[in-house]
Amino acid sequence: MSDITKQSLSELVENIKSKKLSSSEVTKAFVERSEKSKELNTYITEDYANALNKAKKFDEKPNLDLKLPGIPMAVKDLFCTRDLRTTAGSKILNNFVPTYESTVTQNIWNEGAILMGKLNCDEFAMGSSNETSFFGNVQNPIDKNLVPGGSSGGSSSAVAAQLTPITIGTDTGGSIRQPASFTGTVGLKPTYGSCSRYGIVAFASSLDQAGPMAQNVKDCALLQEVISTYDEKDSTSIDFKRNEYSKELTKDIKGKKIGIPKEYRVDGMPKEIEDLWKKGIEYAKDCGAEIIDISLPHTKYALPTYYIVAPAEASSNLARYDGVKYGFRAEGENLIDMYEKTRSEGFGAEVQRRIMIGTYVLSSGYYDAYYLKAQKVRKLIKNDFDDTYKKVDAILTPSTPSSAFKIGEKTNDPVSMYLNDIFTVPVNLAGLPGISIPAGHDAKGYPLGLQIIGKAFDEQNILNIAYAMEEKINFKNNITDWWIK
Amino acid sequence: MSKNKSEYLINRHDNQYEVVIGLEVHAQVTSESKLFSTSATKFGAEPNTQVSLVDAAFPGMLPVINEYCVKQAIKTGIGLKAKINKRSVFDRKNYFYADLPQGYQISQFKDPIVGEGKVILDMPDGQKEVGIERLHLEQDAGKSIHDLDPKNTFVDLNRSGVALMEIVSKPDLRSPDEVNAYIKKLRSIMRYLGTCDGNMQEGSLRADVNVSVRKKGSKEFGTRCEIKNVNSIKFMQMAIEYEANRQVDLIEDGQTIDQETRLFDTKKNETRSMRSKEDAHDYRYFPDPDLLPLEVSDDFIENLKSEIPELPDEKKKRFIEKFKLSPYEANILVSDIETSNYFENVIKKSDVKLATNWIIGELFAALNEKNLEITESPISAGNLSKLINLIKDGTISGKIAKTVFEQMMEGDKDPQKIVEEKGLKQESDPKALEALIDKVIDDNRDKATEYKSGKVKLFGFFVGQVMKVSGGKANPQLVNEILKKKL
Repeated sequence: MSDITKQSLSELVENIKSKKLSSSEVTKAFVERSEKSKELNTYITEDYANALNKAKKFDEKPNLDLKLPGIPMAVKDLFCTRDLRTTAGSKILNNFVPTYESTVTQNIWNEGAILMGKLNCDEFAMGSSNETSFFGNVQNPIDKNLVPGGSSGGSSSAVAAQLTPITIGTDTGGSIRQPASFTGTVGLKPTYGSCSRYGIVAFASSLDQAGPMAQNVKDCALLQEVISTYDEKDSTSIDFKRNEYSKELTKDIKGKKIGIPKEYRVDGMPKEIEDLWKKGIEYAKDCGAEIIDISLPHTKYALPTYYIVAPAEASSNLARYDGVKYGFRAEGENLIDMYEKTRSEGFGAEVQRRIMIGTYVLSSGYYDAYYLKAQKVRKLIKNDFDDTYKKVDAILTPSTPSSAFKIGEKTNDPVSMYLNDIFTVPVNLAGLPGISIPAGHDAKGYPLGLQIIGKAFDEQNILNIAYAMEEKINFKNNITDWWIK
Repeated sequence: MSKNKSEYLINRHDNQYEVVIGLEVHAQVTSESKLFSTSATKFGAEPNTQVSLVDAAFPGMLPVINEYCVKQAIKTGIGLKAKINKRSVFDRKNYFYADLPQGYQISQFKDPIVGEGKVILDMPDGQKEVGIERLHLEQDAGKSIHDLDPKNTFVDLNRSGVALMEIVSKPDLRSPDEVNAYIKKLRSIMRYLGTCDGNMQEGSLRADVNVSVRKKGSKEFGTRCEIKNVNSIKFMQMAIEYEANRQVDLIEDGQTIDQETRLFDTKKNETRSMRSKEDAHDYRYFPDPDLLPLEVSDDFIENLKSEIPELPDEKKKRFIEKFKLSPYEANILVSDIETSNYFENVIKKSDVKLATNWIIGELFAALNEKNLEITESPISAGNLSKLINLIKDGTISGKIAKTVFEQMMEGDKDPQKIVEEKGLKQESDPKALEALIDKVIDDNRDKATEYKSGKVKLFGFFVGQVMKVSGGKANPQLVNEILKKKL
């Protein structure tokens, strides 16, 4: 069968289940395409030989009742994978091979999927362009020298370029939705507590959440159904009734009330984004949804709040990378010297910047003015959403304030880089689910995404809205395989 | 001078100084597993054999609270008559050290699990109440070992993540003796509760000691110094004595005291500056985002209350009221749970007054001599009870009982058997005794005559002779009675 890699996850699953395709054929196709796509730099660690072996084993005794039978998959290198190097995109974990498996990836393997390798990402997921990775930047398959977004840039690039049928990323402030938007793919950030954080290298514990990244909404729903489980090993995991999202997926969203928050019309937002949003509203209406103007008054404080809370937690979460136990160690005259050299050489500039910001905002004398204040504002932001959800079922916004930018364009301007998260960050602060779906192109032909934000635990609803709108939008990604010689 | 005999004051020239002491006691929670992981907590295991991925802070590892440790902390709070906080928060205390794998210690800062409580001390001149400021749960760090290699430091993470209760007293203690009484009382309460074994040699109980001095009568507190990590009561007392005198000397010399953290050098018997207030760590406490606030229900607390055994203060009261013990006796018998259990087992079937005297007197002396704990006593409570009954029913005299007791100490033998085997049974048959006495009077006719003519002192001589002839077995009371008649 030709063009295996062009098939969606759902098609592949169906073809394997009906024995039209074997896991080996599928795995081989994705491995071959991945090997031809090194220029994109999506992989940090390849595990192709093992993947092919596992596929062969699967075919010998195929269990076709599984949800991801023999499906090959590469995952973001923030998930710890047993016996396969896990770097978090950092030099400091360059040589780190976990003896354990994250709950989310374990859930995936339990459903029959096969690991192909680990995908590039911003160092410790800190970045919006995949340029902070110790393993180099990633190319967006949409165009050469275009960033794929971040931090799950390797993941978005690999899905868009069809090097993996589907993948998982993590989203702390937009790290799934923004790269999905930049690459014309679908990315879901689930409700905080939906997916276990056990075995995921931590960035900001109160914001981090794993989620699926796919070529379409249905695939996304299927993977969410697999990865979302209650886990006693994560104290913030929440025990709620999880749907079989893909089975319960429906395009019938008639009468759903969708809110349009006026505060998301930010200064200097390009007209094409404004136009995209208007188009999105029309699509939603076409699907039978009711559009309601709403206000989320504390939105403007979300970004500064995020850039206090996230670095504060990160500064503490990253203290364990000290050269004592595992990972990179620089030799030093004494313990303190060893710490300083290890962390100066082991962490990149952006990570160091955030550790410093985080250390500062938690320092005595500054704690109340920054961290404590930020926590209070965070509560207000959450209250905005709570109030709004008394009136609406979901909220529609653009995913990002612009399309993908050029590699190097914002590396010297961290604030402008941070502004990229302006529409995604409030969702993390409030712990809500949000999905980005491709909805159009800008003048340069680069993809643009729309974000649908849901109530907590209401993934099914936003998946349904996305599913209905996806059909109306009928987005086609324009990828020319320019990197394949 | 104060009328209060036990008042501890430091005199310099014409000034009298009072010492103000507050303790932060670190008590290891009795628990099979650690505070946030399932690793074992056994003392003395091979280094790094009780370490999980969580304890060693591997990437992506998350803490999960051990409910048993929470129960232990709440029980301790109940034992300290303290307020139990239904909502408490775990915070991260951030600092770098090689034996702190996470780079932070999970502790409780603003919202501890237990609030204000109190401990009652029995001092020679009466009771004293010491306020408890708070009790919170926290992780222990690992252990750095510096003396195994000239160049390298080794780290043992067995202790990393073990649950500790930090019990902070108010600055209510005024002397080394009170500190001694406080630690012992705290230890006793926790051992009654089974929440901390109180073993100071194994480091299960250690304290940071805050010391300041002020002129007697002053209401203001002086500047305090904190002496870190002292692991025996004796060292605490020595450290306080040294530190208080050092501070008084500084004041008398017109100098000021710097608020600082000090170390007690047990070899030189002095405290030394470790770091000043300016060099104090900025721990950057903030709520641990990996853990939700800890919330416990009223039912949860009530259930634990129902599991609380009778504690030393209540037991003491009961012993005094029910068994008519003196406060002194009751104090000794309730001081630790094993002693009180032993006592209560003995008196199940024997006389309270005798049991009290025998336990506090003979038994404690004998155990002390052999350096044994009450739990290691060669004499079981049951056999001591039998011995007491043999005395009570007149089978043996108190004097013979001591001989029997000595033999029992050699191995837990039934006193009844010892008495039978050695023929130690007391002679209480009046006829037999009369015969014995007649013979003694016969043999000492001249003395009998002297006695009758008024030399009453000789009565003792006759008693002695009768006892001697009977081999100590004659019932002394009966001997007295019969002798009086016969003479």
